[in-house]
Amino acid sequence: MKNKKSYRTLRRKLMKYGFAGTAYASIGFPTLLKAESNIKIGIPTLLSGRVAQLGISATNGIKLIIDKFNEAGGFNGRKIELIIRDSRAKPDEAARMTRNLINSNKVDIILNCEASSASFAVQEVIRESGTLCLHCISETSSLTADPSIRTWNAFRFARQGIHDAVGSASYAANLVKEKGLKKWMSIGPDYAYGRDSTATFFEILKKFSPNIEIVGQGWPKLFQPDYTEVITQIVRQKPDAIYSCLWGGDLVSFIDQAALYGTFKNSELFAINLADYTTMSAIKNLPEGLHSATRYIAAYPDRQENRDFDSAYTSRFGDHPTNWSWETAVATDFLISAIQETKSLNPKNISESLKGKSRQSFIGVGEGNTVTMRSKDQTLVNYAIGWGSTLPKEPYMKDIKAADWESIQELEKEWLTSKGWI
Amino acid sequence: MEVLALLDCLSAPACLLSQAVGGLKIGMLLFLVASGLTLIFGVLGIINFAHGILYMLGAYFAWQAMELTGHFGLSVLIGAIGVGIFGLAFERGLIKRVYESNLLIQILLCYAVILIVDDLVMIIWGDEFLSSIGVPEIFQVPPLFIFDAVIPPFHLAIIFTSLLIAILLWMLMTRSRFGSLVRAAAINPKMLEALGINTNFIRYSVFVLGSFLAGLGGALAASERSIVSQMGNSILIESFIVTVIGGMGSIGGAFLASLIIGMARSFGAVAMPLFTDGLMFLIMVLVLILRPRGIMGEKK
Repeated sequence: MKNKKSYRTLRRKLMKYGFAGTAYASIGFPTLLKAESNIKIGIPTLLSGRVAQLGISATNGIKLIIDKFNEAGGFNGRKIELIIRDSRAKPDEAARMTRNLINSNKVDIILNCEASSASFAVQEVIRESGTLCLHCISETSSLTADPSIRTWNAFRFARQGIHDAVGSASYAANLVKEKGLKKWMSIGPDYAYGRDSTATFFEILKKFSPNIEIVGQGWPKLFQPDYTEVITQIVRQKPDAIYSCLWGGDLVSFIDQAALYGTFKNSELFAINLADYTTMSAIKNLPEGLHSATRYIAAYPDRQENRDFDSAYTSRFGDHPTNWSWETAVATDFLISAIQETKSLNPKNISESLKGKSRQSFIGVGEGNTVTMRSKDQTLVNYAIGWGSTLPKEPYMKDIKAADWESIQELEKEWLTSKGWI
Repeated sequence: MEVLALLDCLSAPACLLSQAVGGLKIGMLLFLVASGLTLIFGVLGIINFAHGILYMLGAYFAWQAMELTGHFGLSVLIGAIGVGIFGLAFERGLIKRVYESNLLIQILLCYAVILIVDDLVMIIWGDEFLSSIGVPEIFQVPPLFIFDAVIPPFHLAIIFTSLLIAILLWMLMTRSRFGSLVRAAAINPKMLEALGINTNFIRYSVFVLGSFLAGLGGALAASERSIVSQMGNSILIESFIVTVIGGMGSIGGAFLASLIIGMARSFGAVAMPLFTDGLMFLIMVLVLILRPRGIMGEKK
């Protein structure tokens, strides 16, 4: 009888602990798990099509930094998990995917690796949700320069059109003087970035060289396969110089096709997006003497840390980094630093930490080789902008001249005033 | 609209010739692809929405062959023949099953094939664009100057090759027994069957020929265009415009319409640089209004 009673007591106890365990598991475990769960970063990007190198090299730049962070134990044992989505460069898809990343995947932060048109769509999604967003690719100035588009929770770690325009224009102005390049044409992709970049370049160039004349402009569609009709225009107009902000496969096709017409023997090409390894190495016969901004090359800035970044990336991914790789690597480094500093994933706290933050960087040309997240418009400054001319083989660039950040910021201010943005 | 610029161009031999050769090159490459599309429609009654992938595969096959052989001509040929073989498998394996089906089923099948092939291409050759296969060494020379017009010799080679193909195609369709059978099959396939002719053979031969032409267009285009999955999408739209303007099923019409589109793009860039794409559609709309069956389409 006693045995029977103690058996019942044991059974009751087991049931009690069982219920308690179940209840704890259903309420308590998730809380614990959440405390121990990974930090989730959502990455809308484009991984297919003619500019897939953008998404691939951008996400590689992030992985390079994240893996180091995770290997070192993460943040209090919490590791960073990347959730990457391919929007195929469609703004509506980018917006939908960003919404899904925030609502379904419950990501803590968005690292936006979309091109400009889709970045504006992402901006509107994160404005509504209040999620912290680091734009790593879009160079269209208005994304952060225009106060009506800017938002407190978005930071640009990509180079900015206006900065490049000033750097390009001041480099081009020297050559205008030296070589008498009076007649100019342009060819740019027909979307926000192309229009913005071209207009700003000429606006600033005219400040340095008021006598230049624009004799024609070509606006092929993004990803257009054939540029013959624009090239024949260039041949007809015989410009002294051509400005182009085509990029990736589009720029490769344009240069390959224009070279058949001997275009670059008569006209100087200023292709702002040329000096990236993947672009230069894809051109069949890269002509010598084309002018470009240094998007990313190991030779500029000519420092060991930069060469180290190049070799670490190359040995991990089997290819050189691109401009997009350094941008995402810098963004990720800033993000990790802000999380560690604030010990929080709260967007407001991280935002405050990012504002005005300076970090030593392989790409930095600020004091002590730093780049800075400028607080007033939440955009990166003091990254390396150089201009030089191409060589057909490695190191691909020669005579690189550094852009002066003081005059960049001075002319940027004038430009912002002219736009009514300050 | 810059009418004065267009008049200037038309009255200056250098500009006229330069734009005309540019337009011919665009038009002739387009003809290769569009002629296959119109041929398949004319004989098989199938609107091959997957025609763009044949163009894309031609470029990829030629690129792969170039990597292996380093020979331009051989690579282009391998590209075209490879797509012809793919076309045979496509027709025998899938298309023949939907000849009698309604248009919706045909579109669904083609769309499925587009998605599958696009993804397969990315799996095999990667997501990133591939650089062009380049022009043959013999054409890596300075451009020609004819009446001050700048003309790349390679473009002349593309134009002459495409013209040669057009003439051969015309002879095949009008001067050979095969051509007679194809035309007969387009009009009354049941009568041909009653006469003991193997219409199946005609069907897949036409599909293979159409695929070969699209593959050849892709392989030649790969000489100066970067290669990427989905590259067939834009050429497919242009090919449909050509087919509508020229007349569904008319090879001669496709030839004429390709020239019109090529010239519209080239001279349109002088007169309406911001409206060159719109110009193509405008021409199509005008043709549809004034002559709904197309310039050389037959009345049904």
